[in-house]
Amino acid sequence: MNEELKFLSRQAALGTISRRKFLGRAGALGVSAAAASTMLAGAVHAAGPQKGGTLRIGLQGGSTTDSLDPALAANTTAVNLIRMWGEPLVELTDDGGLQGKVAESFEASADATTWTFTIRKGITFSNGQEVTAADAAATLDRHAGEESKSGALGLLRDIKNVSTNGRDVVIELNNGNADLPYLMSDYHLIIQPNGGKDAPDAAIGTGPYIMKEVDMGVRFVAEKNPNYWGEIGHAEAIEMLVINDNTARVAALQSGQVDIIDRVPPRTAGLVARAPGITVSSTAGPGHYVFIAHVNTAPFDNPDLMMALKYGINRQEMVDKILFGYGSVGNDSPINAAYPMYEEMEQREYDPEKAAEYFKKSGHEGPVLLRTSDNSFPGAPDAAALFQQSLKAAGIELEIKREPNDGYWSEVWNNKPFCTSYWGGRSTQDQMFTTAYLSTADWNDTRYKSDSFDKLLIAARAELDQDKRKKMYADMGMMVRNESGLICPMFNDFVDAHTDKIGGWVEGVAGFSLMNGYAAQRMWVTG
Amino acid sequence: MSLLVKLLAQRIALGLLLLFLVSILIFSGTIILPGDVAQSILGQSATPEALANMRRDLGLNEPPVQRYFNWLGGLLQGDLGTALTSGKDIAESIGRRLGNTLFLAFWAAVISVPLAILLGLIAVRYRERWPDKLISAVTLASISVPEFLIAYVAIFFISVRLRWAPSVTTINDSMSLGEKLHTISIPVAVLTLVVLAHMMRMTRAAILNVMQSAYIETAELKGLRMFTIIWKHALPNSVAPVINVVMLNMAYLVVGVVVIEVVFTYPGMGQYLVDHVSKRDIPVVQACGLIFAAVYIGLNMVADIVSIIANPRLRHPK
Repeated sequence: MNEELKFLSRQAALGTISRRKFLGRAGALGVSAAAASTMLAGAVHAAGPQKGGTLRIGLQGGSTTDSLDPALAANTTAVNLIRMWGEPLVELTDDGGLQGKVAESFEASADATTWTFTIRKGITFSNGQEVTAADAAATLDRHAGEESKSGALGLLRDIKNVSTNGRDVVIELNNGNADLPYLMSDYHLIIQPNGGKDAPDAAIGTGPYIMKEVDMGVRFVAEKNPNYWGEIGHAEAIEMLVINDNTARVAALQSGQVDIIDRVPPRTAGLVARAPGITVSSTAGPGHYVFIAHVNTAPFDNPDLMMALKYGINRQEMVDKILFGYGSVGNDSPINAAYPMYEEMEQREYDPEKAAEYFKKSGHEGPVLLRTSDNSFPGAPDAAALFQQSLKAAGIELEIKREPNDGYWSEVWNNKPFCTSYWGGRSTQDQMFTTAYLSTADWNDTRYKSDSFDKLLIAARAELDQDKRKKMYADMGMMVRNESGLICPMFNDFVDAHTDKIGGWVEGVAGFSLMNGYAAQRMWVTG
Repeated sequence: MSLLVKLLAQRIALGLLLLFLVSILIFSGTIILPGDVAQSILGQSATPEALANMRRDLGLNEPPVQRYFNWLGGLLQGDLGTALTSGKDIAESIGRRLGNTLFLAFWAAVISVPLAILLGLIAVRYRERWPDKLISAVTLASISVPEFLIAYVAIFFISVRLRWAPSVTTINDSMSLGEKLHTISIPVAVLTLVVLAHMMRMTRAAILNVMQSAYIETAELKGLRMFTIIWKHALPNSVAPVINVVMLNMAYLVVGVVVIEVVFTYPGMGQYLVDHVSKRDIPVVQACGLIFAAVYIGLNMVADIVSIIANPRLRHPK
């Protein structure tokens, strides 16, 4: 019987018999529909990628106001779109390492101040032009230049000089940085002809697809790039639909109008997964939801009050009630196991007695004001209410002020002393700490300023001994956990879903949602 | 006739003045909102340098009053300008979106207006009997339920369960008319349910009002059939209030369906406008606002003119 099922699933995967027929036959053999579906998915994977067909993807986040210029990409739709037509120098591997894309290899000088990226030989842009080192250098120049509006500008501040030598791009830094290649995997830094200086939004790059129809915030069609150098890009065409409404996106998947969607609302993910032919996948990532206080502003400049707040939050309850289990507990540090050099530290638990003790010691009187809004993270007002309740048990009064979504990022976040927010995370500890915890960082949204932390961060950057470096990051994590204004109750998983009409999903891919934005290129249509 | 021309000219001039005032209102509204377009575009990832560079490029450093007059000057020359966010020509993008909106509104109107009037006539014919009560109950129920709820219920049964029509109604140019109509069938049905009750009730009330008149009694005494009386004698005399409500609902179908557009992912004007309001893209918001205002003013003008033509007493004032 087992053999027969295996045979049938292979037939179904190859398309010799229909999926419906397979499920029917499996049912006749006494196998439940869910088990048969799983089996079919396995067989589809084992049969290997199939070429051709149109893969349809429904995405959240796109807007009519978006631009195709990768420098201005700021939402998940834009990231997935960029992955169609363009590539950075290097990209993350599934387990968070690095692989070459436009660059076939890279190496550092001994002190990590000079990095050389060698451009892949013989690859062309979709306009037929050959990719040169000058194009890559111009790309960096465009994103790092004085005139730049790029979202990657902050990452590139430390670059002193970029030069070319044959097929090599040589990047010289002011200070050594062992993580520079990770910075080069940033999705803004797509290699374009002449760096995109002439036509930033022309969508001409080296990616596996070529954009055919572009209707911003609505619909995109990409067709296979016949001259693509790499292995990915199985479907003949990819149709991307922007479906911002959560219910509409799930309905589109359930009614078979799209094959894969991102951001399944955690609240309903369990129900969606129960539907036949649909797989919901949860991927742990570096993204986290936070309560951030300015430690240079009263009353949060009082370390005892900060400690009281940190002991007064029930992290597990938040994971259960806000993330519906699609996530993991935080530990008041922005770093979790998604980072390459993560080292576990003691978990801070909810302890109302300790919180009350610290609160008493702080001498603070009256309520603490927290600002929140719906868009600071999904369920933020509810999380604030839970925080209020858990603090109440410690005798601390939390006053919640609901702010409008509009203008939250300009008026409240990084502006008011205590609010809710989120971080998407970064690919390395260095990036995350540099972005938000270095004294001079623009987005130091907890106003954490510590000389010893800064020194350690700069030293760790140039440290090529991995063990020493790991220890340094562990120390920094501990400093942020104990001294900064960060209260991090939870890390949120990416929750995506796809139908069994497509195969090739890989669990646990590092980076962004939808297999780091490569799901559409790496998956294939099975019929 | 000259009276009609004079009236028309008067109405158009008033309409233009109204549009001008609307544009000032919209402009000041978007200025009052917190944050500017540069911050909205860059979002959480804004650095001070990137913000400064963007503000300079977009001309946001000029005083608001000057920006308003720059825009007005362009408009008077027929130039709607370019979107601050994407740098695209506004007239071109709006043209496509407006086309989509009108397409949906047109088919919803084509179905709902005759249906509403027909149902109104039937309700009058069988007044206080079960067809009247049934029609009233169903239409009033459908107008009382929020439209997004009707939409979700329709999606669940028609699209997810039965798979008769798509729930994502993103139409595009490569579709044939038949495909497009199939694609928008659920939103058209939902919109019809939403606007039906208002028009039906008005038709019913207006005709019932006329039915009290002496000439209806005369017609009855002549021995005409009830439906003939309603159709030939009552309806033409109750056109004015009905046309007013019909036009109001048509205006709603054009400017008020943003919720339906979001739920069905329909690429119409509403979604386009909301996207740009949240990004503070003032030129686009201005252009959309003007078009919406023009639609409202225009349709109301049509309603007035039709009621004047339909009513000899208004046509020949003493």
